[in-house]
Amino acid sequence: MATDSMVPPGESPEPFHEEVHDPRRRDFINIAAVSFAGVGALAIVLPLINQMNPSADVLAQSTTEVDLSKIAPGQAIKSQFRKQPLFVRNLTPAEIAEANKVDVASLRDPQTLAERTKPGKENWLITLGVCTHLGCVPLGAGEGENKGPFGGYFCPCHGSAYDTAARIRQGPAPKNLFVPDYTFNSDTAVTVG
Amino acid sequence: MPRIIASLIGAAFVFVLAIALFGTAKTAIQDPAAESAEHVFHLRPENIHLPSNGFFGKFDNRQLQRGFQVYKEVCSACHSLKYVAFRDLTKIGYTDPEVKAIANQWVIEQPSINPETGEAATRKNVPSDHFPSPFANEVAARAANNNALPPDLSLMTKAREDGPNYIHALITGYRPQPAALLKEFPGAKTPQGLHYNPYFANLNIAMPPPLTSDGQVTYSDGTKATKDQMARDVAAFLTWTAEPNLNARHAAGLAAGIFLLIFCFLAWGAYQNVWRDVKH
Amino acid sequence: MSFPWAKHYEPKQPLMRWLDEKLPLPRLVYNAVGAGYPVPRNLNYFWNFGVLAGAALAIQIITGVVLAMHYAANAGVAFGSVESIMRDVNAGWFLRYAHANGASMFLLVVYIHIGRGLYYGSYKAPREMVWLLGVVIFLLMMATAFMGYVLPWGQMSFWGAQVITGFFSAIPLVGDTIRIWLLGGFAPDNAALNRFFSLHYLLPFVTAGVIILHIWALHIPGSNNPTGVEVKGEQDTVPFHPYYTAKDAVGLGVFLLVFAALIFFSPNLLGHPDNYIEANPLSTPAHIVPEWYFLPFYAILKSFTADFILPAKLWGVLAMFGSILLLFFLPWLDSSPVRSANFRPKYRMFLGILLFDVLVLGYVGGAEANARNVILGQLASAYYFAHFLIILPWVARSERPRPLPNSITEAVLAKHGGTSPAKSAVATAAHA
Repeated sequence: MATDSMVPPGESPEPFHEEVHDPRRRDFINIAAVSFAGVGALAIVLPLINQMNPSADVLAQSTTEVDLSKIAPGQAIKSQFRKQPLFVRNLTPAEIAEANKVDVASLRDPQTLAERTKPGKENWLITLGVCTHLGCVPLGAGEGENKGPFGGYFCPCHGSAYDTAARIRQGPAPKNLFVPDYTFNSDTAVTVG
Repeated sequence: MPRIIASLIGAAFVFVLAIALFGTAKTAIQDPAAESAEHVFHLRPENIHLPSNGFFGKFDNRQLQRGFQVYKEVCSACHSLKYVAFRDLTKIGYTDPEVKAIANQWVIEQPSINPETGEAATRKNVPSDHFPSPFANEVAARAANNNALPPDLSLMTKAREDGPNYIHALITGYRPQPAALLKEFPGAKTPQGLHYNPYFANLNIAMPPPLTSDGQVTYSDGTKATKDQMARDVAAFLTWTAEPNLNARHAAGLAAGIFLLIFCFLAWGAYQNVWRDVKH
Repeated sequence: MSFPWAKHYEPKQPLMRWLDEKLPLPRLVYNAVGAGYPVPRNLNYFWNFGVLAGAALAIQIITGVVLAMHYAANAGVAFGSVESIMRDVNAGWFLRYAHANGASMFLLVVYIHIGRGLYYGSYKAPREMVWLLGVVIFLLMMATAFMGYVLPWGQMSFWGAQVITGFFSAIPLVGDTIRIWLLGGFAPDNAALNRFFSLHYLLPFVTAGVIILHIWALHIPGSNNPTGVEVKGEQDTVPFHPYYTAKDAVGLGVFLLVFAALIFFSPNLLGHPDNYIEANPLSTPAHIVPEWYFLPFYAILKSFTADFILPAKLWGVLAMFGSILLLFFLPWLDSSPVRSANFRPKYRMFLGILLFDVLVLGYVGGAEANARNVILGQLASAYYFAHFLIILPWVARSERPRPLPNSITEAVLAKHGGTSPAKSAVATAAHA
């Protein structure tokens, strides 16, 4: 058992003054060491988090080229952009007229068809095929699919209906179908992304 | 009692080992292992001192580009580089348009399908593609190369002992089979279709000498394309293909090392401080 | 459990008090690795390695969980997925090199930890359970390390799996059936790779559980110390925190420095070039060797080259497993009442020979199998078994231990040249 008589002279029986309120100047080195370890731990967390970001091979496939030559007016194709469906639609003059007839101010997400296409190429409507509600793929791009009450796209999951400019007209979706960045390489080819 | 059992078991193992040892020694004396040509005539590669060696080592992009040129004009005829993508070339100093052009003009195209008929076809390479293999499959590769398979080069410098030096030594090491070898090992004559190379593990390699003359490639940076220079450059390039993140690794290592040295110093100080009144 | 003078956890903040009432987790930590655990004051740096092993396991679990987010356990794509980690995943090269070298660092510190236990007699009563659980941890680590090495699906992965599962085919009658069951096929392939991945992910958590038991069992008698003399009173101990947390921080810093040197400047030093070649079931590498931490055991396996009643292969497998399993019996094989080899001159000499012997075995395990190396391996294997099964049980009989200090404090003060206490106590009395 512990007896004070066993503590030799010069030895404090309570050697560490942790609880005594007597911070010594030398204690700063304890604080420095602990802080330094904390900084190191934070630095090591960064790669552990960053590894979940898209890897280089995923980022490298972030552009898609689409050949437009085979798409007749009134037709649409489904392509892929960053592993998401991409709708490329060749609008008929009637569809363009219908889209332009709509009072933009009355829309949930006000945008004109011209704002959603490139100048001089207003018949090419290029959007992501991802419903802005919860991400289902709307119908209407495939041959014979339900285009919904507004003649554009119709999402079967929760009934969002898009018009011929792929603008949200009815149902729970908050936004128009997203128009990605793209450029025309020629009259018959676009690069998306 | 358990100690007696243990000792008996121990004695059994020792006894069996003694029998085995006796057998090994007997065989070694009566029937000593013959020397082999590989053992006597195999050479170790000499150090080519790449700039990527050492704590502060970094790739020399101009050398890597020269090495890439050698790969493109010489090695790529037979050897694939399947874990490397064209886009990776931006890391050795090519610009995006240059990479796009390199990919587009690459002689071997990517396997693909005809979008109309679905039949097998090829298409031009794009930067996100990996380097295409010169052969459709292993059988085709063997058929075209006298039944030898040209290995993929992506990881070659890590897949061989002393890789970068080995690559350089191997492609500059072709020579006639020494007369002394044939005198000592008459059965070890290099077979028809193989080539003597003392740096190759079994001395006889199927690959014909890839670099046959100085100036086989024309470097755009004006470096004289001697055989030795080309071998060094391609060894450097293959060091990069195997370990493309070496620059980042060395830089991170120096930072981590300095940080940890300071931490050790602080921790030591804290330790001394905590224990200052306690003898131990 | 623990000593009567151990400090008690007294939460000061109301939140901690509330937590302590509902779930005394802070109290548990405080008593396990905090100020509530009194530890002998004379521990040397060899006592750092337990904490370092814990740190290494944590590093392995964290990097491993993260790597599993990118790795694909399918024989067709596994090798390529590792290359994609190395090239394309953000900081992937760092994570993979940390995990691969982390395994070596883990085994390295555990070997030193085991060596510490052997030298200072930490396996003896009353710490037998600590030792037994430690051997279980060691076995789990070996299984985990082996299965992890298979995952990159390189040549050494494949042939390692082939050879190691081949051990089981040495078992008479049912051996081949067991091997095929283990692999889920006749050779390592998808089935084997998938189950190895599953188990490789599971076993570290099992290991962590056994480590908790290992520490629990340790806290009942408390830590051993370089004198091997039991704690006699409060003056012999200091609280774990801050004394040993501070000391362990120094060890951890040095550990990380060595680890970083490996990761950043020589990441493939301990690996084998052949594992950068994708697995090829039709071509065996010229020179199959396991990772460095298995080399001594591999040497023992290779040393049994003669049939004697049983076939040589079975002897080799029995001896290899036996060389590890005999550690389970160590607490009952060593009859000396003195723990620390510092006071056992003969045992200490034999331990020195054992250390050299294991290094020779390691060399032989990785070297080419010519007559000289095989004979060297046979001699070294013989000593290994003789040491544990013949010498260790009997050496205490012919050994006169040096006088033990009366207490830890006395030993410490003698070292510092303070009052020189009479070293009258003889070894056997110290255990009373």
